Parts: sequence; structure tokens; C-alpha cells
Amino acid sequence: MSGIVWALLGAAVAVIFAGMGSAYGVGIAGQAASGVVTEDPSKFAKVLVIQLLPGTQGIYGLLVAFLTLSKIGVLGGQIADISLVTGLLIFTACLPVGLVGLVSARHQGTTAAAAIGIVAKKPDQFGKAMLFPAMVETYAILSLLVSILAVTGIPL
Amino acid sequence: MSDKDYTYAVARIRSLELSLFSASTLEQLIGCADYESAVTFLLEHGWGDPQGETDADAILRREREKTWETIQEMVKDMTPFDVLSYQNLFHNLKAAIKGVCTEHVDPGLFYEGCSISPEEMVRIVKEKDFASLPEFMRQAAKEAYETLLHGRDGQLCDVILDRAALEAIAGAGEKSRVQIIKDYARSLIVVSDIRIAVRCCRTGKPLEFMKRAMAECEELNIQKLMQAALQGEGAIRDYLTQNGMGEAAEALAQSSSAFECWCDNQLMETIRPQKYNPFSVGPLIAYILARENEIKSVRIILTGKQNHFPENAIRERMREMYV
Repeated sequence: MSGIVWALLGAAVAVIFAGMGSAYGVGIAGQAASGVVTEDPSKFAKVLVIQLLPGTQGIYGLLVAFLTLSKIGVLGGQIADISLVTGLLIFTACLPVGLVGLVSARHQGTTAAAAIGIVAKKPDQFGKAMLFPAMVETYAILSLLVSILAVTGIPL
Repeated sequence: MSDKDYTYAVARIRSLELSLFSASTLEQLIGCADYESAVTFLLEHGWGDPQGETDADAILRREREKTWETIQEMVKDMTPFDVLSYQNLFHNLKAAIKGVCTEHVDPGLFYEGCSISPEEMVRIVKEKDFASLPEFMRQAAKEAYETLLHGRDGQLCDVILDRAALEAIAGAGEKSRVQIIKDYARSLIVVSDIRIAVRCCRTGKPLEFMKRAMAECEELNIQKLMQAALQGEGAIRDYLTQNGMGEAAEALAQSSSAFECWCDNQLMETIRPQKYNPFSVGPLIAYILARENEIKSVRIILTGKQNHFPENAIRERMREMYV
């Protein structure tokens, strides 16, 4: 496989894995949010905010994919001639956000569902409830940073 | 179903738990001047059916129905909840056998919402079609029916069916992969065996009777418990203290109602960790048991009010609440 294929595969990995994680996370938190809103619609806004937290990993994956596509010229219409080694380097650079995004979004989803349980019983503790799933975000951000630094730092 | 499949239901239950009566709400109910004001208090808190009957039985029956309607609305597969209806199912069997043998079936004695309807249960007993019952009921049903029909021994009939109910629950607990069902079964058997020992001790029942009534369980050495029951309440208290159930011994020494409270509170202790469980069927089962406990406490208060019991006498009988 030539370098461009590996680079494109890297962009795909970032979007697909991080997106899968977010879909699962937002889905499970959404189930919990629906359960609460069924009984108490006034809590809609609060549970919606918590439900959306696991959605960020998908956005991070998209961001890294855009950077990668831009770097290799796919977005501009002028595809760069990339060596196999450079392609593999770009692929590897995309892995952190893809893999950490997948795992962290799943866990953030289950934590968000549990946090929605706090809001259901004690709506005044919304701030504290939001912090628990937000903690998981730390590791998604770290992986995003590494992926961005690596993708932008690789010379073509 | 996997634990995560209950996410919606558990979150909904968390909201519903807010409307469970707390100890302070029950205290307000105890403080009501009379039975009528206690019923009004319940109706104001959304209990019963606004368009339906307003007597205590109707209100409490409707509350039980509401609980099951909510669960059925949220969960497609009701299999994990079957074990909770075993006691009612055996109660209905008992009512059907007694009704058929005395040729007077009272529909008011049956619980609704079991896997076998009261009418079907009566038909099964009338036609001796015991094969239509679940396997765990067949043998006991036949034995209890023949005992009552030929021996006219109602108490023995009760003992046979109560023991079969306990064994069915123990069996369901062993087979289940759901931890709370295992814990529920274990706790129920332990408490039931202790309760049987105390009652047998007080009524002077022989060893043979206790052997027929008690169910085997890992937590208790029922041989020693039976021997203690033969010696007297002091021996039962000693046995309980030696087996890490000092609170039960203290409650037993205090009064009968304190002991009955301890029995019911044990179940609440078993389910309490489910308050912090965000997934699995556990919180749903805990909610059903919490509602049963709540309804039982309200029934005690209403009965107390009807019979003009002093507030302290009612308060002594109050169970611990789940919330």
C-alpha cells in the first residue's frame, strides 16, 4: 500500500473509532436521560447537557481527520505524494484519538448515565454530577493533543 | 437482557424513588387525627385512584397495581421478577384449596397480578389438574389438597404450601444470575426460618412440625435453631447472638412487634445497596420491594387508626424505609 492509503486510513480510524465510542456513550446516556424526563420533564435541560458529554470524542476524531486530510491535500484537491513511511507515521499519529476516543466515550457514557441518576434524585447537585463524566474527558483531550501534535509535526 | 439494557428503567426508577414515603412522611401519617384524615392524606399524596374507591383496601390494592404497571411499561422480559410473586402465587393456591375444600371460594382473598389468575387457580384445584401448575408447585399442591380434604388439617396444609414457597424462592435464588435475587432469596429464607422458630416456640410446636415448616439454608443451622426453639425463647436469642444476629435477639427480647420489624428491616438492608447501582435489574427489584414495604407500613398505620391505637403503638411497628 502506498503512503497516501495509510494516511487516509489514519483519518478514517480517527473518525470511525472515536465516532463509534461517542455514538455508544451518547446513546446510553440518552436512555438514562429519557427515563428521567419520562417522570420529570422539567429536568430536560440538565440531563441533556450530561447526555452530550460523551459526544465530544466524535468531534475530536473529526478534527484530527480534517487536519490529516488537509495535510495530505485531499481537501484542497491536490493530493500530496507521500512515502510509505510518512503514510505510516500519519496513520500512527491518528491512532491515539481513535482508540482513546472509543474507550473513553463508552466509559463516559456509562458514567454520564450514572450521573443522570444523581440529577434525577438531587437536581441541585447538577454541578457535581457533571464533574464525574467530565473527568473521563481528560484522557480524550490528552489523546487529541498528541494526535494533533503528531499529525502537524510530521514533515511530508 | 444485559445490565445496560435496564439503563432507561433504572433512571426512571430513580425519579420514582423521590415519591416513595420517607420516615418523616410516615410520621405525618401517624400524626393524622383519625382514619378518615389518614386516608385523605394518602389521597392528597396521589395514592389510590381519584375516580375509584377511597377505602384503605382499594387504595393499597391500586398502589400495588401501579407499581407493577410501571415495571411492565419499562421492561419487556418480566422473567427476573417472577420470584417476587412466588409468595402471592402460593397464597392464591392456598386460598383456592381452602375455597374448594370448604365449597366457598372468596375472590377477595386472592392476589391479582400473578402468572396464574385466581379463576384459573380455582379451576386447577377443582379439577385436580395439578399438572397445569409450574413444576415447583405441583407436588406441594397435591399434598396440601389431600391433607385438607382427607385430614381437615388447615394448619398442616398451610405449612406444606409455605415451605414449598420458601423452597421455590430458594431454588430461584440459586438458579438466578442476578445478585439481588440471590440476596433476596437468602435473606427471605433466613428471616422466615427464624420467624417460624419463634412462633413454634411460643405455641409449643413439636420438632416434627418445625421440620415440615423450615427450609434449608446455608446461613443457618436449622437443626440447632429447632433445638433452640424447643428449649425456649432464651435459647433462640442465644443462638441468634452466637450467629452474628444480635440485633434480632435484642428485638426478640424487646417485643413481638420489634421482632417483626427486624424481620422486615432485614429485607430493606439487603436491597439498600441498589440505591447506588446505576445499571442492572437490581434497582427495579429493590423498588418493587420498597413499594411493598411502604404499602405494608401504610396498612399498619391505617389499621392502627381504624382501631384507635395510640400513636406510640403504631410507631413501634414502623418498618425502615428504603429512602
